[in-house]
Amino acid sequence: MTFVTFFAGSGIQSALEPAGAHAARIGRLWDVFLIISAVVWLLVMIALFIALARRKREETPDGAARARTTVSIATAITLVTLAALLVASVLTGRAIADHAPPGTIQLKVTGKQWWWQVEYDDPDKSKRFTDANEIHIPVGVPVNIQLHSSDVIHSFWIPNLNGKQDLIPGHDGSIQLQATRPGIYRGQCAEFCGLQHAKMALWVHAMTQSDYANWLTAARQPSKIPSTPEQRKGEEVFMSSPCPLCHTIQGTDAGGKTGPDLTHFAGRRSIAAGTWPNRRGYLAGWIVDPQHIKPGSQMPPMLLDEGQLQPLLAYLESLQ
Amino acid sequence: MSAMETTPYALPDSDAEHEQLQKTWGPRRGPFSWFSQIDHRTIGRRFIVTAFVWFGLGGLLAALMRIQLAKPNNTFLSADQYNQIFTMHGTTMMFLFAVPVMEAVAIYIIPLMLGTRGLAFPRATAYAYYMFLFGGTMLYVAFFLNMAPDAGWFNYVPLSAPQFSPGKRIDIWAQLVNFTEISALTVAVEIIVTIFKQRAPGMSINRMPLYVWSMLVTAFMIVFAMPAVMVASNYIGLDRLVGTHFFNKAEGGDVLLWQHLFWFFGHPEVYIIFIPALGMVSTIITVFCRRKIFGYTAMVLSLVATAFIGFGLWVHHMFATGLPQSGQSYFTAASMMIAVPSGVQIFCWIATIAMGKPEFRPPLMFVLGFVAIFVLGGLTGVMLAAVPLNLQLHDTFFVVAHLHYVLIGGAVFPLLGALFFWFPKMTGRLMNERWGHISFWLTFAGFNVTFFPQHKLGLVGMPRRIYTYLPETGWGPLNLLSTIGAGILALGVLCFVVNALYSMKRGAIAGSNPWHAPTLEWATTSPPPHYNFLHLPTVSSTEPLWDHPENAPVVTGLALKKREVLITRLFDAEPDHLYLYPGTTPWAFLSAVATGGMFVALLFTPWALPIGVAIATTTLLCWFWPSSPRDEGEAPEQP
Amino acid sequence: MNGRATIDVSGLPDHAFGSRSIMWWMTVCVIAIEGTVFLVTIASYFYLQGNEAAWPPPGTRLPGLQWPTINTLILLVSLIPNQLAKSAAEKEEMLKVRIWMSVAALFAVGFVIVRTLEFRHLNVSWDSNAYGSITWTLLGFHTFHLVTDLIDTVALLVLMFTHHGYKGRRFVDVSENCFYWYFVVISWLPIYAVLYWAPRLL
Ligand code: HEA
Ligand code: HEA
Ligand code: HEC
Ligand code: CUA
Ligand SMILES: [Cu+2]
Repeated sequence: MTFVTFFAGSGIQSALEPAGAHAARIGRLWDVFLIISAVVWLLVMIALFIALARRKREETPDGAARARTTVSIATAITLVTLAALLVASVLTGRAIADHAPPGTIQLKVTGKQWWWQVEYDDPDKSKRFTDANEIHIPVGVPVNIQLHSSDVIHSFWIPNLNGKQDLIPGHDGSIQLQATRPGIYRGQCAEFCGLQHAKMALWVHAMTQSDYANWLTAARQPSKIPSTPEQRKGEEVFMSSPCPLCHTIQGTDAGGKTGPDLTHFAGRRSIAAGTWPNRRGYLAGWIVDPQHIKPGSQMPPMLLDEGQLQPLLAYLESLQ
Repeated sequence: MSAMETTPYALPDSDAEHEQLQKTWGPRRGPFSWFSQIDHRTIGRRFIVTAFVWFGLGGLLAALMRIQLAKPNNTFLSADQYNQIFTMHGTTMMFLFAVPVMEAVAIYIIPLMLGTRGLAFPRATAYAYYMFLFGGTMLYVAFFLNMAPDAGWFNYVPLSAPQFSPGKRIDIWAQLVNFTEISALTVAVEIIVTIFKQRAPGMSINRMPLYVWSMLVTAFMIVFAMPAVMVASNYIGLDRLVGTHFFNKAEGGDVLLWQHLFWFFGHPEVYIIFIPALGMVSTIITVFCRRKIFGYTAMVLSLVATAFIGFGLWVHHMFATGLPQSGQSYFTAASMMIAVPSGVQIFCWIATIAMGKPEFRPPLMFVLGFVAIFVLGGLTGVMLAAVPLNLQLHDTFFVVAHLHYVLIGGAVFPLLGALFFWFPKMTGRLMNERWGHISFWLTFAGFNVTFFPQHKLGLVGMPRRIYTYLPETGWGPLNLLSTIGAGILALGVLCFVVNALYSMKRGAIAGSNPWHAPTLEWATTSPPPHYNFLHLPTVSSTEPLWDHPENAPVVTGLALKKREVLITRLFDAEPDHLYLYPGTTPWAFLSAVATGGMFVALLFTPWALPIGVAIATTTLLCWFWPSSPRDEGEAPEQP
Repeated sequence: MNGRATIDVSGLPDHAFGSRSIMWWMTVCVIAIEGTVFLVTIASYFYLQGNEAAWPPPGTRLPGLQWPTINTLILLVSLIPNQLAKSAAEKEEMLKVRIWMSVAALFAVGFVIVRTLEFRHLNVSWDSNAYGSITWTLLGFHTFHLVTDLIDTVALLVLMFTHHGYKGRRFVDVSENCFYWYFVVISWLPIYAVLYWAPRLL
């Protein structure tokens, strides 16, 4: 069955390797559909080959009657099969429907051209915080995500965890994730949203509950005070450049809202919504000319000389 | 030249009649006469060729996309170029190729199949053609000016709203929709009226060939589906041009309104492409299995059922927008139910093949390829219709795979088969069979290599409409395979096109009925004379030419010096009265220039509307005003 | 290989009225298309209404009722000369056709004049909000098809005053033109209800 192995999954952005409760159920439904469809297709092909290869007899009224019966039976089987598929689909649909039990974690994700803003809600206002392009969730706990868009339609999709849901301006939606095993999963905006739709990815870190608790405590803190002279120089460069107009760094005066929150930027896997790994060379390239790697991005190129750039990078890398 | 030597449908000693009819129905001559021709064969031929030019361009754009996607982080195209190109590709294929080419073939074939002298309202045919031509030309001129639309073939708001898409790109798209839909609606009306009122005597409704049925159903779908997209595209045009707020949520507008309107058209649209192909398949199977179609009534009912259900599925394109659950289940159920009529047709064809004597000639090969590909594509459609699966698969390459399986497998393959089949009727010469087989196997293999891997790409997370991807995604190898397949596919298409061009001049002479086909288009010479039939045929079954290999029954008494056509009754097709067709005219062309000019000017100013309407009205009045005998259907004065 | 003659059609009439004629079927198709346009637009109207707490939205005045109501009456009365013209055409009575068509055309002209007043009393602009946009568009679509039909009617009327009018098929054209006018009138009634009564009653 090369067919089935062809469809065996692999990867961190794959619907075929479920790591979440919802994706697992959808995966089972997929198996049902795949097998039934393969059988139906093969049967039709076999019938076609028999019809083509048959040694023709003279046409008899009997033959026509037999054909009528065969076609009717095939139609009846089609109806039954479809009904079965429909039931399977509706049952799975019910099972994965959002029903956030109270006390689950509430997140708010806002799609922007072309990055993701993630807000962690908490009844205690002081415990709320904002992050970008990465989501951290504990394993085994349903997480409820409110979906918003501040510009055009985007679509939130972490294939290993669940299907997708559009982020539509004026129509708030939501989706639930419930990871079943720790890991890092990738997702990518699925609705065409303009020039850089291709470069609008995000990461989901599914962590054990204790890891998650630790992460949460750290994430609620403002960023570390720069410790080396170079970092302090970098902070100055940051604050005196246009950066604070668009970026927030908790614990500093930088409070811009146009761009991603950079409070814990150093902890991120990637920059510019999954476009590049978060390493110094790439970061330098990004800051000097975001338009080169992500043309059309809302961040303008920055005129910085070498003496400013290196400290700035050091500073950004210290934002734990 | 004599019209009657090879057909059983001509009375003896009618050379004089032939001469006179030739004069009455013949084309206009003279310097600008090209723009005045109105007869359905001339326009049909132009329509087909033009649609194929757009297909070639759309295919070349596809090749560019495939090159860009062949490897990760490729820089062959920029993001902006890619976005314009996939939008152009989808828009071209849907609006400028698939729907028009199906209508184009019908313009040529339907009157012949019905046994009449032309398509009702012949001048409107010419008008529809020029609107189609101008619309496509506008789109490609814009493309070469770097002004092509770039928001996808369904042009979702708010991305296409003025705020996020300044410039003229989206307006071009909206006007293109107006051009093509006006053209499509005009042709649809003509097809309906011709089929209802101009069938050969005796061709009662239950003796209509299945291809005629399929075009009738298609034309009705056009009538009820296209207005929705015209309304929607005018909303967006107004939002962009005069500041209305249909889609602006700040002022009470709504972005989902667009999606509802678009897909209320968009879903029927895919069946508008597909149903004519079903008619072609039935035609080809009948001829190459030498047997009438098994289950005629079931086939007709399936076509009608497909059309009806087709209007109740549109939300299956919007499952990921999060509409209420109960509603979604209804649309899942309806989407699955539409598999039943499709299945019935597949089963009836297989039964026909089983009881017939298949001859493996290229048209039948394309049809067999169709069955293999379309059934697979239909099954992936059923998968997509299941909401939970859809939420994973929507907007991924799985959908891209599905849509090409059903569009290319379900419509382009039968179309190629049908063109191979009708080519001798249109040109008088046969296409080369060996090259027919070669082009079939190349397209079949190339197609599957291109699009089968895309199912998997979708499942492993590749969204559609991305201009590039990272190596870590692991999508590289399958994309490369897909690109290689596209090369093979293009080669196959090229073989077909070259075969057609070559055969047009050098192919074997066909004779009136080279395939021993049973329907009336084969009852006249190849290519048919200007008046189609010297004497109109009459019929008494769905396979008239098999009933009357010779000594066929014909109608007499139609005027020779006037463009007289026979109007028959709706159900039983008994002769009812006579009607005069108007003659050639430049005003259909000039009206299209006026309306087309107005649409283009509307890109820039709303004032184009009153001025354009005034000019267009003038041209239309000239069109309808009987200022010469020609306009009243008289034969042109003899020089 | 030769055919055999079976039916001689030379004695058939050169025109026919109603559903026997191809003009009638064309008119039916056009009505189906335009009817769909109106239905889709009306559906959009209610869709947009569903998004607003109040309709018309706060700050927008109700559309004036006086002129459209007058217009509705004009249209309804115009059915009388319209029907007279249609019957006359079907009996091929030239004089009556000329008279009643002229009267019907005058009604249509009157309607178009009142229509401009109707636009003025919509009490909203197309660019104030979505309500204004859809109201203007729906009324605009109806006006557009009304004006094109008026032009068509006048052209045909002029034709009927020339020697070209003395042809059977011209009477068919007149009859179909009157048939179409029924659609103009009947399609107006739901549009009138939607534009002027829905904001008041719903
Ligand atoms: C020719 C065109 C064509 C045809 C015929 C179809 C046929 C079908 N399509 Fe497809 N579709 C498209 C063209 C077409 N489609 C296009 C262009 C898009 C994408 C638009 C875009 O987003 O750009 C699309 C997208 C699309 C979607 C949305 C995907 C998404 O974006 O999320 C869905 C979802 O339900 C769907 C479903 C179906 C179904 C159920 C059928 C059914 O009609 C199929 C029925 C046929 C069969 C099932 C096979 C024959 C039957 C048998 C042999 C009987 C036995 C079968 C069983 C027991 C199951 N289609
Ligand atoms: C009938 C419709 C149709 C047809 C025939 C095709 C044909 C092809 N399509 Fe297309 N496709 C669509 C309809 C169609 N497509 C639609 C609706 C979309 C969605 C768009 C959107 O998202 O908005 C799409 C999207 C689409 C994508 C996805 C883009 C993306 O989401 O990023 C891809 C990628 O591989 C693709 C590839 C191809 C290929 C390789 C072919 C090949 O089959 C093409 C083969 C043909 C040729 C290569 C031409 C050969 C040329 C000659 C022989 C020269 C002759 C010249 C003259 C006569 C002038 N198509
Ligand atoms: C005009 C607004 C603006 C200014 C000024 C600006 N940025 Fe940005 N920045 C953005 C936006 C918007 C993004 C997200 C772009 C994307 O991913 O498409 C971004 C992204 C980034 C990222 C990547 C964040 C991530 O998690 O992916 C970094 C780092 C960054 N900016 C640093 C800077 C620095 C340093 C400066 C000043 C030298 C600066 N920015 C100035 C708007 C701005
Ligand atoms: Cu955001 Cu695509
Ligand atoms: Cu659909």
